[in-house]
Amino acid sequence: VRALVFERSVPRYAAAMLASRLSPGGGARVGPLRLATDHDEPELPGGGWRRVRPRLSGICGSDLATIDGHSSRYFEPIVSFPFVPGHEVVGTLDDGSRVVIEPVLACAARGIDPPCPPCAAGDNGGCHNIAFGHLEPGLQTGFCESTGGGWSTGMVAHQSQIHPVPGDLSDEDAVMVEPAACAVHAVSSLGLTGGETVAVIGAGTLGLLCVAALAALPDAVRVMVAAKHPHQRDWARKLGAEVVVDPGELTRAVRRHRGAMFTGSSVAGGAEAIVDCVGSSDSLRSALEVAGHRATIALVGMPGSVQLDLTPLWHREIRLAGAYAYRHDTFPAAFDLVRRHGLGQLVSATYPLDRYADAVAHAAAAGRRGAVKIAFDLRDERPH
Amino acid sequence: MPRPGFVLEVDRSTPPTLFWHGEGFRLEKLPTGSRVVYPPEPHEALDDPRGAIRHALANPLGTDPLAALLKPGMKLTICFDDVSLPLPPMQAPDIRQMVIEEVLDLAAQAGVDDVVLIAALALHRRMHDHELRHALGKRVYDAFAPHGLLLQHDAEDPDGMLHLGTTDQGEDVEMNKRAATSDLIVYVNINLVAMDGGHKSVATGLASYRSLRHHHNVRTMQHSKSFMDQHRSELHSSNWRMGRHIAAQGVKVFQIETTLNTDTFPPQMSFLQKREWEWTARDRAAFVAVSRSLERAPDRLKRSIFHSVKAPHRMTSVHAGEVEAVHAATTERVYAQQLVSVEGQTDVLTMGLPYISPYNVNSTMNPILVSCLGLGYFFNLYRGKPLVRQGGVVIMSHPTPWAFNPVHHPSYIDFFEQVLADTTDPVEIEAKYEQQYATDPWYIHLYRTGHAYHGVHPFYMWYWTAHALQHVGAVIVVGGEPRSVRRLGFKPASTMADALAMAEDVVGRDPSITHVHTPPLLMADVT
Repeated sequence: VRALVFERSVPRYAAAMLASRLSPGGGARVGPLRLATDHDEPELPGGGWRRVRPRLSGICGSDLATIDGHSSRYFEPIVSFPFVPGHEVVGTLDDGSRVVIEPVLACAARGIDPPCPPCAAGDNGGCHNIAFGHLEPGLQTGFCESTGGGWSTGMVAHQSQIHPVPGDLSDEDAVMVEPAACAVHAVSSLGLTGGETVAVIGAGTLGLLCVAALAALPDAVRVMVAAKHPHQRDWARKLGAEVVVDPGELTRAVRRHRGAMFTGSSVAGGAEAIVDCVGSSDSLRSALEVAGHRATIALVGMPGSVQLDLTPLWHREIRLAGAYAYRHDTFPAAFDLVRRHGLGQLVSATYPLDRYADAVAHAAAAGRRGAVKIAFDLRDERPH
Repeated sequence: MPRPGFVLEVDRSTPPTLFWHGEGFRLEKLPTGSRVVYPPEPHEALDDPRGAIRHALANPLGTDPLAALLKPGMKLTICFDDVSLPLPPMQAPDIRQMVIEEVLDLAAQAGVDDVVLIAALALHRRMHDHELRHALGKRVYDAFAPHGLLLQHDAEDPDGMLHLGTTDQGEDVEMNKRAATSDLIVYVNINLVAMDGGHKSVATGLASYRSLRHHHNVRTMQHSKSFMDQHRSELHSSNWRMGRHIAAQGVKVFQIETTLNTDTFPPQMSFLQKREWEWTARDRAAFVAVSRSLERAPDRLKRSIFHSVKAPHRMTSVHAGEVEAVHAATTERVYAQQLVSVEGQTDVLTMGLPYISPYNVNSTMNPILVSCLGLGYFFNLYRGKPLVRQGGVVIMSHPTPWAFNPVHHPSYIDFFEQVLADTTDPVEIEAKYEQQYATDPWYIHLYRTGHAYHGVHPFYMWYWTAHALQHVGAVIVVGGEPRSVRRLGFKPASTMADALAMAEDVVGRDPSITHVHTPPLLMADVT
C-alpha cells in the first residue's frame, strides 16, 4: 500500500527538531516520516479484525508533535516502529460500508480477556494494556506497527474500534467524529451542572469542538474562548461561545464577566472550569490565572514539558486533570455533535499523500493560514 | 501687541505645515488652496499675578469681598481643579498655589481654622503626591497633607457624599459632603478652554456618578453644539440647573476663575508655536534636532521627555465672586485669546494631535483618548457651526498605539477590548455597557484606593465624540497603528496624501481642506 511511514531514526529525529524550529511542520521534509509506495499492508492480527481503506484521515496536533520531534519521551514504550500515522480516520470496509475508527488499542483489540478494569467499564481510553497482548505496543492506531494507520491506502481495525457512518454524514463530517469524541469526553469529565463559567483556551480543532460540546450541554454554561486568529473567533461564536477574546485578553474578560476582583494577576473568583486546548506553559499559566477556587482545568491539548508556578493551584485548590481520548460509548454523542453543527465544514483543506510535506506544513500553520483541520484525501489515491 | 489668529490660504510658496503626531511631528505639504487656521499669539500676562488675585478677592463680582465672608469658627472648604488642567502642566508657581496661598492668608487673618482642601476630581484619577505638590506648592501641601486636611474627592465614598435633591428637570444633585456642609466653598479654577468653570466646577468636579450621568451622556453631548459654547451646550444647561439648585439649598460658593495665555512650550520648542514661514534658522535647527532625537528615542523615553515639559503659560486674568458673573467675565477672556474667525465650513478638516490630553497627564495617550482629543475636544473647539461640514471628513494625525496605562486607565483597556470590539455606536454602548462599568467593584476599588479613572470614564470619553461621530462622514487617522484605528471604527492611512485620496471617496473630488494649526489651542468662530 502507499503509506506515510514513521521510522525510528535518531539523526532524522534530530533534524526534524531543528527544522521545526525554523518552520513549524518542517520536520516532515527532513525527519523520520517518508512516503512508501510499496509498504506492506498489515496482516489481520486475528479474528474480529477488518481491512479498512482510509478515505480521509486528519492531521492532529499529536501527529505534528511527533513529526516535528517535540513529543514526550513518555510515549516511547507505548508506540512501536515503524508506524503509519493517522488516527482520525473515516474509511471503507471490504463490503463498501463507511466506518469511523475509534483508534484506542484497548484490551478487546489486543485479545486480552478478561479486560482490564477501565476496559470492563467501557473506559477504553484508560486501558492498562496498550503495550501488551498480540499487538505491538501502541496507544492508538496510528502509533502501532501492527495496525497501520490512516495516512495510507490500507490498514486494519478491530471490530471493537469500528463505528458505522450514517448515510447523511459526509466523509468530511465523519473524519471529525474522532476529535469530536475527544471534546465530548473532555467536557463530560468537568462534571458541569449548569450555570458555570467555562474558559476554553485555544481555538484550533479541539478547542472549537470543545466549544461545540459545551454549548450542547443540556444545562447551559457560559463559554468564554481565547482564540488567536480571526477565523477561529468567528467559528467559536458560531459554535456557541458567548464571549470570544484574544488570548491576551482572557484574564480581563473573565474578571469582567464574573464581576470579580483581581488579586495580583489572578481573578479572585474566576471560572469554575477551564479547558486548556494548547497545553503550553503560557496557556497553563493563563488557565491558573482565570481559575476560581476549586476549579477544574482539563488539559485537552497534549502538553510536553512545561514550567509553571503551581502556587495558585495549591492555594485555590485547583484540580488539574488530563483529558485523553474517550469512552467507547462517547462516540454516539460525537456523531450527534458533528451532525448538529455540520462539523465537516472545519475541514479546511485536503492533500494527497504525495504532498505530505505541504499538508503537514499547512496543518502546523493552520491558525495563521485561516484553516482549522487539514486532512489527507485517500479517495483517489492509487493503492501502490 | 500679540497678533490675532488668521486663516492662511496655502499656495505654492507656502512651506510645509507642522502637524503634531503624538510624541513627534510631521511636516505635511497641504494641497494648494487648503486653508490653515492659525491661533492668535499669546496674550500679555499679568505683571503682578498675586496683586491681581488679591484685587479680585477684595473686589469680587456680585458678592461681598472674600475677607468679609470669612468668620472665626466657620467651616471653609477650598476646592481646586485637578491634574487635568492646565495642559501641559505649568511652570511653578502653579496658579492654584498662588490663589490658594492668598485665600489661606485671608482665612488666617479672619481666624478661620477649619479649612480643608479638596482636589475636585469628579471621576478622574486621584492625583499623585508629586502632582499635588506641584499644583499647591510645598508650603500649602506641607501645611495640609500631613494632617489629613488635603483630600481628593471620592465620588464613591458612601459616607462622603450628600444628595441635595433633584433639579426641576429631575436631575439628581449629589455632591461632596464636606463641601456641601461647609459655610463656604472657595473653588479655584484654571480656565484653559471655554468649557471650563462656571457651575460646572462644583456641579461636576464634586459630583458622583449618580449626578454626572444626567449630563455626561450621549444625548447631552449630541445636543451641545458645541460644549465650548455655553449658550448652545446642553452639558452646560444641565450643570447650570444643578449649580443653581446647589445654591438654592444654601451651599455658598465663592468662585475664582483664572485664564492663561497660550504660551504653551518652553524656548527650546518654541518653533511649535510659530508660523512656519517665520521660522528662523535657529527654529529650523531646533526642529530638526528635536525631531531626529525623538525618532531615535524609545517610546518610554519620548513619553518621559514630553511629560516633563512644564509650560511657560501665565495668568492673563483672574475674576472672583458669584459663579455666573465670574464665568461670564472669564469666558470673554478665553474667547479673546483663542477665537479665530473662519468663513465657511470645509469638506475635510485636518488636525495634528499631540501627546497630551486632559486625561493622560504623566500617562499614556491611549487610543480612546486619541479619539476623544480629536473628535471630542478639537472638533468641538468651535462657535457657530462646526469647522467641517455635515458629512465631511476629519483627518487626524497620531500614531495611536494599542497602549494603555494599566494603573491610570484600567477600565479603558476593558472598554477597548470588550466594548469597542462589539460596537462603536455611542447610543448602543451607553445602553448596553455603561451600567456594568459604572458599578464594577474592581474599578471602584481602583478609583478609590489607587490612581485609576473611574470605571465609567472611558464611556464619557466616547460620548465626548458623539457629536462629531453624528456629524462627519468618515474619520481617517494618518500614521496610526492600523488595528487600533480600526478598533475605533476609523480608517488608517499611511500618509496625508493617502488620507486625502481616501477622503475624496466620501466628500467628492477636489474637496476644500482646512487645517487647525496647534499648538497653541484655538477656537474657530465659524460663520
